[in-house]
Amino acid sequence: MTAPEDKPFEEWDRPRQGWMLSGDCRGHRQRTLLLEMTTRALFPTVLVFSLYLLLVGHYGPGGGFAAGLVAGLAFVLRYIAGGSDAAVRLRPPVLIGLGLTVALLTALAPTVVGAPVLATTKLALDVPLIGHVETQTSVFLDVGVYLLIVGVVLDLLRSLGAGIERDMREAGETPS
Amino acid sequence: MLALIAAHLVVAGLLPLVSARSTRAAFGVAAVLPAAALLWALAGAGPALAGGIDETTAWSPALGLELSFRLDALALAMIVLVSGIGAVILAYCIGYFRPAAPEATRSAAWLLAFAGAMLGLVLADDLLTLYVFWEITSIASFLLVGQGGERKEERRAAVQALFVTVFGGLAMLLGFVLLGEAAGTYRISEILADPPRGGAVTAALLLILLGAFTKSAQLPFHPWLPAAMVAPTPVSAYLHAASMVKAGVYLVARLSPAFADLAVWTVPVLVAGVATMLVGGWRALSATDLKRLLAFGTVSQLGFLMVLFGAGGRVAAMAGIAMLLAHGMFKATLFLIVGAVDHATGTRDVRELSGVGRALPGLAVAAALAAASMAGLPPLIGFVGKEAAFEAFLHGSVENWAVAAGLLLGSVLTVAYSARFLWGAFARKPGRDATSAHGLGPALTVPIWLCAVAGPVLGIATPIVDAEASSYAAALPGDPGYHLALWHGFGLPLLFSAVAVAGGLALHAARDRLAPAAGLSPLDAQRAYEKTLSGIARLAVGVTGRLQVGSLPSYLSTIMVMFVLLPGVAAVLAGAWPTSAPLYHDLIQVPLAIVVVISALAVTRTRRRFTAVLLVGVIGYGVGGLFIVDGAPDLALAQFLVETLSLVAFVFVLRRLPPHFTETRPSRRVRVPKAMLGAVAGFAVAVFALVLSAARSEPATTSAELARLTPEAGATNVISAILVDFRALDTVGEIGVLFVAAAGVASLVLATRYDRQRRAVPAEDGEGPPRQEEDVLG
Repeated sequence: MTAPEDKPFEEWDRPRQGWMLSGDCRGHRQRTLLLEMTTRALFPTVLVFSLYLLLVGHYGPGGGFAAGLVAGLAFVLRYIAGGSDAAVRLRPPVLIGLGLTVALLTALAPTVVGAPVLATTKLALDVPLIGHVETQTSVFLDVGVYLLIVGVVLDLLRSLGAGIERDMREAGETPS
Repeated sequence: MLALIAAHLVVAGLLPLVSARSTRAAFGVAAVLPAAALLWALAGAGPALAGGIDETTAWSPALGLELSFRLDALALAMIVLVSGIGAVILAYCIGYFRPAAPEATRSAAWLLAFAGAMLGLVLADDLLTLYVFWEITSIASFLLVGQGGERKEERRAAVQALFVTVFGGLAMLLGFVLLGEAAGTYRISEILADPPRGGAVTAALLLILLGAFTKSAQLPFHPWLPAAMVAPTPVSAYLHAASMVKAGVYLVARLSPAFADLAVWTVPVLVAGVATMLVGGWRALSATDLKRLLAFGTVSQLGFLMVLFGAGGRVAAMAGIAMLLAHGMFKATLFLIVGAVDHATGTRDVRELSGVGRALPGLAVAAALAAASMAGLPPLIGFVGKEAAFEAFLHGSVENWAVAAGLLLGSVLTVAYSARFLWGAFARKPGRDATSAHGLGPALTVPIWLCAVAGPVLGIATPIVDAEASSYAAALPGDPGYHLALWHGFGLPLLFSAVAVAGGLALHAARDRLAPAAGLSPLDAQRAYEKTLSGIARLAVGVTGRLQVGSLPSYLSTIMVMFVLLPGVAAVLAGAWPTSAPLYHDLIQVPLAIVVVISALAVTRTRRRFTAVLLVGVIGYGVGGLFIVDGAPDLALAQFLVETLSLVAFVFVLRRLPPHFTETRPSRRVRVPKAMLGAVAGFAVAVFALVLSAARSEPATTSAELARLTPEAGATNVISAILVDFRALDTVGEIGVLFVAAAGVASLVLATRYDRQRRAVPAEDGEGPPRQEEDVLG
């Protein structure tokens, strides 16, 4: 790293992990440093946890719905801490459509091999380093549900979160 | 046959890719398939006329659904129109549309899709298959008439065509179901072989006729057809002259051999047919737009065809086949000629055109050929058909003679508007300069001539038409010795034909006095249609205004009152109380329940929204805790997550709402009834829960079964196995609901702000995609 003294602060210490928390900070009166730091640590952790819930659904509490909600709540936390997001451009309708598509394709895929709609079968893989992995094809249906739920939560954030915030700005009110 | 139809639809789907490079090439590609279909049908003409070619594909054997098709004489005649004229018109489109015009791209794909659907319609040997293709043609017509939907009259005409034909189509579906159930089969050939009888069949036939009448623009449903003339001329020529509007006639022709002995079938058909023929012909005499003139002519001719096919006699049916072919040929020719005249002069108004015949003599000759066939002059196919038609009704009962008189009057009108068409399009009008016209390329004239020469060719080749018509009419009662021919000797039919021509020409000579009278009409079906629509709209507004008052308390109280009255009372009266209902079975339930109850009571007392939201959250988490105690971690997890999310959503919304529910404390008179209703409803829910928990009379076998099957689904978690395996279809449905809900919320919240803004500032112009759409789509 070059000498920081002769450069302005923003150039050498601009947060690079934009995906963890948008660097776009609101007025300093609305900032809580504690929440921002916590979110930086929690956001990726919660996302990983949501993936865990997604995959463990067959064997314990979890599944696509719960996992999607957990991931969505991670984004909620991120919005509350860092305001509306410019760094991660996920378009909720695309995500919702993707989820619905994945679920429908999973539902229809068995018909290609002559099985009834939504039939499932066991998938067993031997992955190097990890070992024997077993899962069901129905996990793809769960993935579809997961994507759709994340999209629904993001849509909620966009409309009720950022949308209302923008309305208030336009109406000349200060967000409280 | 299925492959051929599917090929139409698939190529239509891919056609925009070709259009992107060249719309002319797209029309060229599109014309190939109908031409191939025509050749295929002609190649199979021998066996088709001898008995018919069947093809059946089981689609869903469990539901008894199949796609069955049958090529026989009637289907063959229709294919000549659908595919033969279709190919010619698609070729004509190459020269008609400006290259890269947006309506060219759209029309190419939809015309071909329509050709496929229409082919399916005429080949279908199953009532439900027929219905599906029937509706596809309605939708294709809607899209082809509406085009971009930029002009008001396009939208109005498209919607009218859709409303009228789909209304009839739905009635027809009901009729099909009644008929299919009465007959025990939906196969048309089987119904024809053994026609059912009875009260249900009477209702079925009336409903089916409603469908046929709307589709074929019979009185009083006819105004949609002249209105649909806003479509590009090739579309009018193909859909609204040659093929689609004949679907109703086709349906009548298809079912007549089985039902023509029933008065419920023949009387409506004959009355509506003759009335339509007369009204259409009369209204054509006042039309100034050439396309509208032809459209009223089509209405009139469709009435004529209805009469011929609905009468149920052998000779009438043979005349019907001849007229069906003749009408398709001459009307397509005339429409294409109008398109060419429009192309060359820029107008199709009778009052503006003058001397076009001298500028475009070839076109005038083709038009004269077609108009002569329409008027019924020898040696054209139209003459053959009309002779047979008169012959069919000039015998026997008084009703027959009455129909014959109606047909004669209709024919007089037909001759008159045929003459009016030729005069209007090509004649030199006194006191009016010749309209300037540029020459026409072969792309326009060759298809016109192809259609125009069909009249004399079919007239001379009458024996071929006769073979076709005899094969269709074989099943019908009547003189088995009659054959279609150009010359039957002197007799009443020839006299009628002569009277029709002379009367028609006389009417045309008196056009200056007649046209204003023909424009007046005491009953206007178009106005009746508009009145019906506005009446329905007013009714809808009235009902909605009374039911949807926009007050949350009133909605809630309606729901609660209904809940207390119906299931609540039923539970109290018929339910059994549980024999053993312990207050709790785990000590930790007690504090959880106390927290939930206290929060619930507190919610009713609070006046601050924020407090209420937090208390509702406490209730939710408390219930989640109860789930954990009862050993349902999946449920508890979902409950906690949803509770958290709804809390967040509430808080987001609260930013824009006043902190208190009401400014002042509501009066006692409002609060007491609300509190009572709430208490009663809450009590009813509690009773309901208790009674239902005792309602199980058998042990919970399903639960045990599910638990047993869970390892088979590859899971150890029964909830997950239910969600993604046993009840996976439910899950797919539910996420569909979620998708709709999310789209609804986003649209409501994001799009309404533009409504608010529009109220503040003047409306922005309609250019470009609306910003709210971009916003909602993210």
